[in-house]
Amino acid sequence: MAAQELLRIEGISKRFVKPVDLAGRIANMMGASNREAVVHAVDGVDLSVAEGEVVALVGESGCGKSTLGRVIAGIHEPTEGHVFWRGQDIAMMDSAARQAFTLGAQMIFQDPMSSLNPRIRAGEIVGEAPRVHGLVDAAGQAEYVATLFRQVGLDPEYRRRFPHQFSGGQRARIGIARALAVKPKLLVCDESVAALDVSIQAQVLNLFMDLREALGLAYVFISHDLGVVRHISDRIFIMYLGRVIESGRTDEIFREPAHPYTRALLDNVPRLDARKRSFSTVKGEIPSPLNPPPGCHFHPRCPLAGPRCSVEVPRRTRLAEGRIVACHLADGGVAAAA
Amino acid sequence: MAEPVLAVDNLATHFFTRDGVVKSVDGVSFTVAPGEVLGLVGESGSGKSVTGFSIMGLIDPPGRIVSGSIRLKGEELVGRTEAEMRAVRGRSLAMIFQDPMMTLNPVLRIDTQMMEAVHAHEKVSEKAARDRAVQALAQVGIPSPEERLSAYPHQFSGGMRQRVAIAIALIHRPALIIADEPTTALDVTIQSQILAEVQKLCAESGTALVWITHDLAVVAGLADRVAVMYAGRIVEQGRVDDVLDRPLHPYTHGLIGSVPGEAMPGKRLAQIPGSTPSLGRLPPGCAFEPRCSRAVEACRAGAPPLAEGPQGRAYRCINPVPAEEAA
Ligand SMILES: Nc1ncnc2c1ncn2[C@@H]1O[C@H](COP(=O)(O)OP(=O)(O)OP(=O)(O)O)[C@@H](O)[C@H]1O
Ligand SMILES: Nc1ncnc2c1ncn2[C@@H]1O[C@H](COP(=O)(O)OP(=O)(O)OP(=O)(O)O)[C@@H](O)[C@H]1O
Ligand code: SF4
Ligand code: SF4
Ligand SMILES: [Mg+2]
Ligand SMILES: [Mg+2]
Repeated sequence: MAAQELLRIEGISKRFVKPVDLAGRIANMMGASNREAVVHAVDGVDLSVAEGEVVALVGESGCGKSTLGRVIAGIHEPTEGHVFWRGQDIAMMDSAARQAFTLGAQMIFQDPMSSLNPRIRAGEIVGEAPRVHGLVDAAGQAEYVATLFRQVGLDPEYRRRFPHQFSGGQRARIGIARALAVKPKLLVCDESVAALDVSIQAQVLNLFMDLREALGLAYVFISHDLGVVRHISDRIFIMYLGRVIESGRTDEIFREPAHPYTRALLDNVPRLDARKRSFSTVKGEIPSPLNPPPGCHFHPRCPLAGPRCSVEVPRRTRLAEGRIVACHLADGGVAAAA
Repeated sequence: MAEPVLAVDNLATHFFTRDGVVKSVDGVSFTVAPGEVLGLVGESGSGKSVTGFSIMGLIDPPGRIVSGSIRLKGEELVGRTEAEMRAVRGRSLAMIFQDPMMTLNPVLRIDTQMMEAVHAHEKVSEKAARDRAVQALAQVGIPSPEERLSAYPHQFSGGMRQRVAIAIALIHRPALIIADEPTTALDVTIQSQILAEVQKLCAESGTALVWITHDLAVVAGLADRVAVMYAGRIVEQGRVDDVLDRPLHPYTHGLIGSVPGEAMPGKRLAQIPGSTPSLGRLPPGCAFEPRCSRAVEACRAGAPPLAEGPQGRAYRCINPVPAEEAA
C-alpha cells in the first residue's frame, strides 16, 4: 500500500474487572463465594490504518468493538500491547507528540444526544475545543465555527440552538463538526449512523465520504451493519468475543469469506434483493464474554468444528497479501492435534 | 382472495396535545390475509407504532381513534370497551414489542407468566397450562424448555427474552400478530434465528402478521406485501416484488436508494434531502413535497388522491416515478 501508515496497534488486550455486585456481596456474607470477574473485552489484536483509509470493525454485541475503538482513540489505556501513531509508540511520547495524537485521533459516539451537553449551544459545543487548544483565538472562533457548520451541511445560523432543537441527523452532524474542529487525521466512528433513519443515515454516510475526499481523513468505522460497512470501508476486521477472527480487503471478504463465522454473518445480512427467503441460521447464542468457550471461541456454534477446535486457540494464518484468518481449517484442519 | 383477517379502513388516530392536534395516523387503509406477512415501513415518527397500538386498542388519552374502522375476522374493533378488547387481546390478537420487557414482568418466573397467559383465556388444569408453556417455548427454539421455565427474565439474553415474548404471543394461536420492530435491537445471527422461527410459525398456523420495521431489507426477506408510511399516511403499498422493483412514490424510491450495500460501494448514496416533517405542521398539499425532487405545482394544492392498481397496488402521488427511473 502506497499510503503512509497513520496508526498501528500491536498485541492490544483490554481487560475489565467486574466487581462483585451488591447481591453477590450479600450472598458472600451467607457463605457464597462470588468473586470479581474478568472480562477479556479485547484479546491480542493487531491492526493498522493508513492515511485516508477506512477500516471497519464489525461483530456482534459485546465482541469488543467499542473498547478497541476507545483504545485506538486514546480514551482507554490498553492492558497489554502498544499503540503507534505515525510510527511512534504513544507510551514513549513527549507531551507535544502526545498532544498531536490526542487531537489527531477523535472519536464520534453512537448516540449524539447523550454525548452532547444539553445546556450548551451548538456553536460552543463545536468551538470550545479548538479555542482551548489554541487552534483559534476568541475573535476567530465564530468564523471558524461557521466554516465547520457549512462543512457538515448545517446552517451557521443554527449555532445558537441547543442540542434538543435539532433532528437526529442534525445532531449527528454537530458531533461530527465537534470532532473535525481540532483538525484530526483519524475519526473513530462508533455506530455513528445506527440510530438514524435510513434516509438520514445516507446523508451522514455521504458526508463521511465527502470529508474523506476533501480532508484526506482516515476512519475506523465501527458498525454491526454489514451493508454500511460494505459501502464505506476499504478493509474489514471481524471480531468475535474480543478476538479478530478474520481481516482483509472489504471486496475480497464479501466475495469469499474464509472464516465460518464471517460466512454466517454474511449469509444472514438482510438484503433488498433476497425476497421471501428462508433465513439460514447459525445455531446457539452468543456466549458470555465473562466465560468464553475454550479453544476457538466460535466452536459451540460452528457447523465445521472438530476435536481440535475446543482445545486449541486457532493461530492467525495468512491466506494472501493482507488477508488473515484465525481458523484451524486454514491451518492443518480440525482433527485432534497429534 | 381469502377473506382478510384484518381490514383497516380509513383509520385516523390523533393526539390532542397542548401544542395542538398531532395527526399521527390520518387515513390509513390496508388488509392482511390469513398466513400473510405485511411489512409496515417508514421513518421514525411516521405513525407505524400508533397504527399498531390502534389495532390493539391501546391508545390512551390524549390520543383517540377519531374515525375509520378496524375489522378483525369481520368484527369491528373500533368503539369496543376496554373489557371487550381485553377478551380479544392475547386470544385472537397479539403484539410483540421491540423491548420484550413490555410483555414480560421482571419479578415473575417465566412459567408463572406463561401459565397466567394461558389461563387468561382458557380454563385448563395447571398441568395442561404448563404443557402448553413448554410447547410454546420449544416452538420458538428455546433449548430444554422444561428447565428454562423456572428462570426469571433477567437470566435470559436479549434474544432469548424476545423468544419468550413471542412464545407468549403465540400461546392462543392468534389470528393476527402485530410485531413492532422486535428484532431491531438484536444481532444479525440472532435476528435471523427469530425471523426463521416466525416465518415457519406463520406458515404452519395460518397466523397473519403485521411486521413493523424501518428496515426495508428485513421486509424484503420476510414479507409478502409492504405498506410504506410517511407522515401518518400509507403513501404506497403492494406486493413486495412490485413495490421494491418498481417503486412509484418518490419517497419509496428514495428509501430504496438510500439502503447501503445495494448501491455501488464507495459511491454516494441516493439521499432524501431534509428531515422528517413535524406532524403538527404539515404542508397543505402532499406531505412529502418539501423533500421531493419530482414535486410540481399541483402537489402543493391538495393531498394527492389514492391511485389503485391490480393486486392491491396503491399509491398517493400526482407525479409518480417513471419506469425508466425506478430500476
Ligand atoms: N468499562 C467497562 N467495565 C467493564 N466491562 C466493560 C466495560 N466496557 C466494556 N465492557 C465489557 O467488555 C465487553 C466488550 O464491550 P464493548 O462495548 O467493547 O462491545 P461492543 O462490541 O462495542 O458491543 P456493542 O455492539 O453492544 O456496542 C462486553 O462484555 C462489555 O460488557
Ligand atoms: N402519546 C402521544 N402524544 C403525542 N404525540 C404522540 C404520542 N404518541 C405518539 N405520538 C406522535 O405520533 C407520531 C407517530 O409516532 P409513532 O410512534 O407511531 O412513530 P413510529 O413510526 O412508530 O416511529 P419509530 O420508528 O420511531 O418507532 C410521532 O410524531 C409521535 O411523536
Ligand atoms: S477453528 Fe474450528 S470452530 Fe473455530 S471457526 Fe474454525 S472450524 Fe469453526
Ligand atoms: S405528490 Fe408531488 S410532492 Fe408528493 S410525492 Fe408525488 S410528486 Fe412528490
Ligand atoms: Mg459498542
Ligand atoms: Mg415505533
